Amino acid sequence: MDALLKKQLEIAATKVRMGVIEGVHAAKAGHPGGSLSVADTLTYLYMHRMNVDPKNPTMPDRDRLVLSKGHTAPALYAVLAERGFFPAEELKTLRKIGSRLQGHPSMGKLPGIDMSTGSLGQGISTACGMALSGKISSDTYKVYAVLGDGEIEEGQVWEAAMFAAHYKLDNLVAVVDNNGLQIDGKISEVMSPYPIDEKFKAFGWHVICIDGHDFDQIEAAFNEAETVINQPTVIIQKSVKGKGVSFMENQVGWHGKAPNDEEYAIAMKELGDHLAQLEK
Amino acid sequence: MEKKATRDSYGEALVMLAEKRPDLVVLDADLAAATKTGTFKKAHPDRFFDCGIAEANMMGVAAGIASTGKLVFASSFAMFAAGRAFEIVRNSIGYPHLNVKIGATHAGISVGEDGASHQCNEDIALMRSIPGMTVINPADDVEAKAAVLAMADYVGPTYMRFGRLAAPIFNDAATYKFEVGKGIQLKDGKDVTIIATGLMVAEAIEAGKALKEQGIDARIINIHTIKPIDRDIIVKAAKETGRIITVEEHSVIGGLGSAVADVVTEECPVPVIKIGVKDVFGHSGPAVDLLKEFGLCAENIVAVTKAALGK
Repeated sequence: MDALLKKQLEIAATKVRMGVIEGVHAAKAGHPGGSLSVADTLTYLYMHRMNVDPKNPTMPDRDRLVLSKGHTAPALYAVLAERGFFPAEELKTLRKIGSRLQGHPSMGKLPGIDMSTGSLGQGISTACGMALSGKISSDTYKVYAVLGDGEIEEGQVWEAAMFAAHYKLDNLVAVVDNNGLQIDGKISEVMSPYPIDEKFKAFGWHVICIDGHDFDQIEAAFNEAETVINQPTVIIQKSVKGKGVSFMENQVGWHGKAPNDEEYAIAMKELGDHLAQLEK
Repeated sequence: MEKKATRDSYGEALVMLAEKRPDLVVLDADLAAATKTGTFKKAHPDRFFDCGIAEANMMGVAAGIASTGKLVFASSFAMFAAGRAFEIVRNSIGYPHLNVKIGATHAGISVGEDGASHQCNEDIALMRSIPGMTVINPADDVEAKAAVLAMADYVGPTYMRFGRLAAPIFNDAATYKFEVGKGIQLKDGKDVTIIATGLMVAEAIEAGKALKEQGIDARIINIHTIKPIDRDIIVKAAKETGRIITVEEHSVIGGLGSAVADVVTEECPVPVIKIGVKDVFGHSGPAVDLLKEFGLCAENIVAVTKAALGK
């Protein structure tokens, strides 16, 4: 990846993280931890890779993204705002009465949301349906499904994994955001889904393992996925829950908790300093 | 009277539909031979996709296909389509209000020998509780085919219930017209109204004839659309006949009887007596014998109606 693009993406991702903190703080509720861990990948996809048009959010040949880990909606909202689907000012309405920014993504309400999600394990099935539909009518769009690592404890994920391989959905790329933590603790202690790579391999997927905070690796992974034929691809990305806000990093307590005013100020200062550094 | 199971009508209607809807996609969960989507599969193998024994995923796949604008029917037994996959139907289809048609067969106690594990008497209750879900329960071959074709043109999530047991074909294909949300008065009457749905409509017609011979003039209404229900026809019946008997091959909790009672209690309170499966599980046996045992037959409708009228 060229240096300029990388810098642009890092700047965008930092703004997205600030949007996450902004939204969750204003809502006094929400899920910052997993939003921050998946922020880089969502930024890369919407700001660089996906064929989407904020002026025509339902164009039929657009690439689609299903945020199967729907509780990390604050990251998706912040990315969509950054991409111009709606004003960033609206991020502060997150979870409030009358807001288009529901606690979990609701399609039809907000431009850019391709599927309603929130109940874990379901998004990957709907992504399979979109991908199959594309195959039926020889459309060229791609479908991305973003899952949590705790989420793959849901049996439906593996029904979908079987389906995607069976129907050779090479227009489908799943991302597993492996931040290692779920509500009740470490995923390895609550209900281990490991080895994640071997499981997907056994289900017939092309597997790529990367660092989810390294844009070079993120880009290489999606480039590789593009070359895979007759197989769905899963990108398993090691990530840090709470990434970018020092006191949230790797802390399970920040899975579903909003920062208070003081914590908000510290987080925004950290991210703001980082942004200033990047923009220098 | 000629008989045909509405699941057969469903399979045939899908083939008819394929001619005018090139965007039609049909899904099944390893029951194509039984749900009769196999009839469609044979005619249009390129538009049929088996999801294997994975109903939850199938409903999600259907939602994804619908989101891209194609017409999709997803089929399984009622037990698994409405029961096992309930939360996926609710969250991935109902909440985003996607245009998925759920074709659920083998509903009710008339599944017969497979027994209680497969006799779904709760599907109408489950599906009508989902906001925006249309619930259709056709009574015979003519109505089932007309309903499939009509609902293909209707945009929105729809649950369609079909049976395994051959049902008498009492509608005339030449004159029958399906209108979603409209009940059909099959016989006028002034003493009492019998409102039936699905397989029980033919039984209600028989009961009406028997009651007439005994001097009781019963109005007979077929409700094929349980949601949105035809409030007008129910309120009119309540006002004009003063008593309502509901008959359904479904639990008395949450089905047609409950839907009718919801309307009657709000708009014109009169007694509503529900004939259905009375909060019990079924068991194995020949379908016709089970229907008799559980009181889902003309004889019992006559007996309950007479008792309701104190005769």
